[in-house]
Amino acid sequence: MEIKPRLFTVLLKATLLFVLFNFAFILTNNIPLGKFTLYNSVFPGRERFPFGEHPHAYNLSLFNLDAMFASHILVGTSKASDEYRVLLIGDSSVWGTLLTPEQTLAGQLNSSAISACGKTVRVYNLGYPYISLMQELMILDEALQYEPDMVVWLTTLESFPRDKQFGAPLVANSPDRVRDLIFKYELNGSPNDPALNHASTWDQTFVSQRRALADLIRLQIYGALWSSTGIDQFYPENYERAQTDFEADDEFHGLKPSASLRDTLSLDILDAGMNAADAPTILVNEPILISNGINSDIRYNFFYPRWAYDEYRLMLDEYTSSRGLHYLDLWDLVPMEEFTNSSVHLTPKGEAMLANKVGEAIQNFCAMK
Amino acid sequence: MGLTQIFASILAASLVGALTRGTTRVFSLLALSVLGVYWFQPTIPLRSFDFWIPSLSLLLVTLTWFITSQSGAWRARQNILGLSIIVGLITLIDLTRYIFPDPFITTTTPPRLIIVIGFFVFTAFAVSLLATLSRRIALTLSLAIILLITILLILKSPILSLQTSTLFRALANRPTDTASALDLRWLGFSYIAFRLIHVLRDKSRTPQLTLSGSVRDKQMGRLPELTFPEFATYVVFFPSLSAGPIDRAERFVQDLKKDFALTQDETLMAGQRIAIGLFKKFVVADALAYIALNDSLATQVRTTGWMWIILYAYTFQIYFDFSGYTDIAIGIARLVGIKLPENFAAPYTKPNLTQFWNNWHMTLTQWFRSYFFNPFNRWIRGYKNVPAWLMLLIGQLATMSLIGLWHGATVNFILWGAWHGLGLFLQNRWSDFAKTRFNMNNPRLQTALQFGGTLLTFHFVALGWVFFALSDPSLSWQVFMKLFNLL
Repeated sequence: MEIKPRLFTVLLKATLLFVLFNFAFILTNNIPLGKFTLYNSVFPGRERFPFGEHPHAYNLSLFNLDAMFASHILVGTSKASDEYRVLLIGDSSVWGTLLTPEQTLAGQLNSSAISACGKTVRVYNLGYPYISLMQELMILDEALQYEPDMVVWLTTLESFPRDKQFGAPLVANSPDRVRDLIFKYELNGSPNDPALNHASTWDQTFVSQRRALADLIRLQIYGALWSSTGIDQFYPENYERAQTDFEADDEFHGLKPSASLRDTLSLDILDAGMNAADAPTILVNEPILISNGINSDIRYNFFYPRWAYDEYRLMLDEYTSSRGLHYLDLWDLVPMEEFTNSSVHLTPKGEAMLANKVGEAIQNFCAMK
Repeated sequence: MGLTQIFASILAASLVGALTRGTTRVFSLLALSVLGVYWFQPTIPLRSFDFWIPSLSLLLVTLTWFITSQSGAWRARQNILGLSIIVGLITLIDLTRYIFPDPFITTTTPPRLIIVIGFFVFTAFAVSLLATLSRRIALTLSLAIILLITILLILKSPILSLQTSTLFRALANRPTDTASALDLRWLGFSYIAFRLIHVLRDKSRTPQLTLSGSVRDKQMGRLPELTFPEFATYVVFFPSLSAGPIDRAERFVQDLKKDFALTQDETLMAGQRIAIGLFKKFVVADALAYIALNDSLATQVRTTGWMWIILYAYTFQIYFDFSGYTDIAIGIARLVGIKLPENFAAPYTKPNLTQFWNNWHMTLTQWFRSYFFNPFNRWIRGYKNVPAWLMLLIGQLATMSLIGLWHGATVNFILWGAWHGLGLFLQNRWSDFAKTRFNMNNPRLQTALQFGGTLLTFHFVALGWVFFALSDPSLSWQVFMKLFNLL
C-alpha cells in the first residue's frame, strides 16, 4: 500500500532538519573550509590575492585568509632547487591596483629574470589592499610556511598609526588570528579590541555564514574566469588621478606638527614582522607622490603633511640602522606623473623604476653575503 | 521576479488556494494579479512610469475585453465587480503616496490622485467610444492587434525605445541626453501582448480568417465568452506574468471555473515543482551566469577550449534560468488550481531541431505555429509556381526570424532566428534524404542516428546562442572564429 506523505509532517521534519543543520554547522567552525579549493589543480593559482567587487573584475574580496592563500599560486608551486623564493608583502601598491599581474612589481621582477645567490629569483605578490601593518603581519606570518629565501616588505607611514591596525576588514574579521599574533609576537594590541568582530554562536550558524560560504563558492567559480581570461581586476578606461592640490591642512591622524609621531605608531608590529622570518627581510619605504600643486609646501600628498612624513623617514632610518635591518628608502624614486589614482599607486613605468631598485637590492643582498 | 516576490506569491497563492472557492477565488486571483502587475514592475527612470506602465497594461486588458465581449456584457454583476476591483486597487495603490512616507507596492511615488482620476475618465471615454463602434468587426480587432504589435516593436527595438524615451522626457521637460533604450522596461508585455493577440485573433469573425485553427477552435466551442475577471486574470495572471508560459484562454478559464480546493497532495506537488524551479534558477543558473558567454567574455577569453566552456555555460544557464522560472510559475499556479502548460521537456536531449523546438519554449512555438506558420504556409501554397522546398525554406526562415524579433528587434536576434530557420530547413531536407537512402529499420543505425542527431542538434543550438547572447554580430563572428580556432 502506498503511504502518502502528510504535508504537516513534511513541513515539521523539514523545519527540524533545517534547525538542526543550522546549528550543527557551528561544528564546522574548526574545519578550514577555505583550504578546499579548485585553484592550483583545476584552475591555475592566482598571481595575487583575490580582491574586488566589480562584476567585470571576475574577482571578489573575502575575509578568509585560508581561502585567499589556497587560491594563490604560491601554495601550488613546489619550490624548485634552483628557485630563490622572494615574497613581496605590502598594500594595494604591491597588489597592483589598475595594473595587470604582469605590470605589478612582482610581475616586472619576474619578467626581468634576475638571479640571486646562484638561483633564479621567483617573486610572489602577497600584497593586499588596505593599509595596515597588522594585516601585512598576518599575511607574512601565514606565508612563512612556504619557504621564502627572502621577504621584501614594502610599507608606508599610513600603515603605522595604531588606530588603523584593526580597521582593515581582513583583520577585523579574523579575531582568532589577531589574538594568536598578539600572543606569538607579544604585540601591544588587545585581542578584545572592539574593532574586532568576535563571532557569537548565532554568527557561526549556517544562516549567518551563508554569505561567507557563497563567497567561497564564488571564488571557485571565478577560477574559471581567471583561468580563461587572465583578468583579476577591472580596468576602467578613465579614472580620477591622485589629488595634487590640497587644503592647508597639516594634521596627520589628528596630530599637529608639535606632537610626537613615534608614540602613535605601531612599531611593535613592524618589529615582529622584521623578525618573523628565518629568511632575510628587506624593509622598503615605498615611493609616494610628491606633489607640486596648491599647498604642496604643507603636504606631500593626500595622505601626508610634510612634517609627519619627514619625521617618519628620520625615525625609520634611525630605527632600522639601530637594529641592523636591511632598509631601502625609495620615497622619492617615482615622479608625480607616474602615479595613478592614489598617492601610492604607480603606473607600469613607475613600477618598472621600483622593480629596478628592488631587483638590485635582492641581488646586492646575496652579493654582500 | 526576485526571491521576495516569489515567496510572497507562494504565500498569497497558498492562502487563496486554501481559503477561497468559486467566484471568490477568481476575484482574489484578479486582485493579486493586479497587485503583481504593479509590484513586479521594475524601476524606470521616468517619473511615475512604474505606475503608468502597469496601468497601461490594465488599460489594454480592459479595452481588449470590451472589443471582444458581447455588447452590454459589462453590465453583468461580476464584470462590474471585476472592473471595480481594478479601479479600486489602482486608486488604493495611488493613495499610498498620501499614506506612506516611502513608495509601497510601486518602486517610486505614484502620481497625484487627480491625474489618476483623469486616467480613469480617459479609459471610460475610450470604452464608450468603442461601445459606439460595431464590435468584433475585423477593422477594430485588426487595429487592436496592430497597436499591440507596434508597442511590442517599440519595446523590443533599442532605437525606437530610445526615441520614445527621449520623446517622453521632452514632454516631461526633463533632460533628454540621459534617455536610454532601457528606460521603457514594461514587465511581461511580450506575454501580455501575445495573450491579447490570441484572444483578439480567435474572436475575429472576418471571412479571411475563418481558415485559421484558432477560429476552428471557436467553431468547436473551445473559446467561450469570458467574463471580465476571467479575462483579466488570464492575461495578467501573476505567476506567469514575467516569464510565461503563454497559456490559451479557453484552457486557462476551464481551470479557473473548476471547483478547486487546495489539498495536501496538490500542495506537495506544487511545493516540489517550486523547489525544483528555485534550485534551477537561483542555484544552477545563477552560478552558471558567472561564467556564461557575454559581450565582455567574448573578447577576453584566450583559448578555444575555454570559449567552448563559456558557450556551454551559457547554453545551460539560459535553459536552467528559463525553465526554472517556468517551474516556479507552474508550481505557484498549481496552488490556486491552475495547471499552466509545460514550456520545456528536456529540449537538449532531442535528436533533431524540429523536436528541439517542440520541447523548447513550447507555448511560444505553438503560438507562432498557430498564428503565423500555419496561416503563412496556407497562403504561400496559393502560389503554384513556387517549389515546395522554397516554400518550406521561406516559411521556416520567416517564422524563426519572427521568433527572434519577439526576443528583441536587433540584428543579433534576427540572425539567431534565421540560424534556426535554416537549421530546420536543412534538417527537413536531410530527413527526407535519409529516409530514401538508409534502412531505418536497422536498430544500430537508428541508435547511431539518434545519438549523432542529439549531439549535432545540441551543438547547433549551442552555436545559435552565440548570436542570442552577444549584442554585436561582429562579436559573434569573432567568437565563431575562436570556437573553431580560426583566429
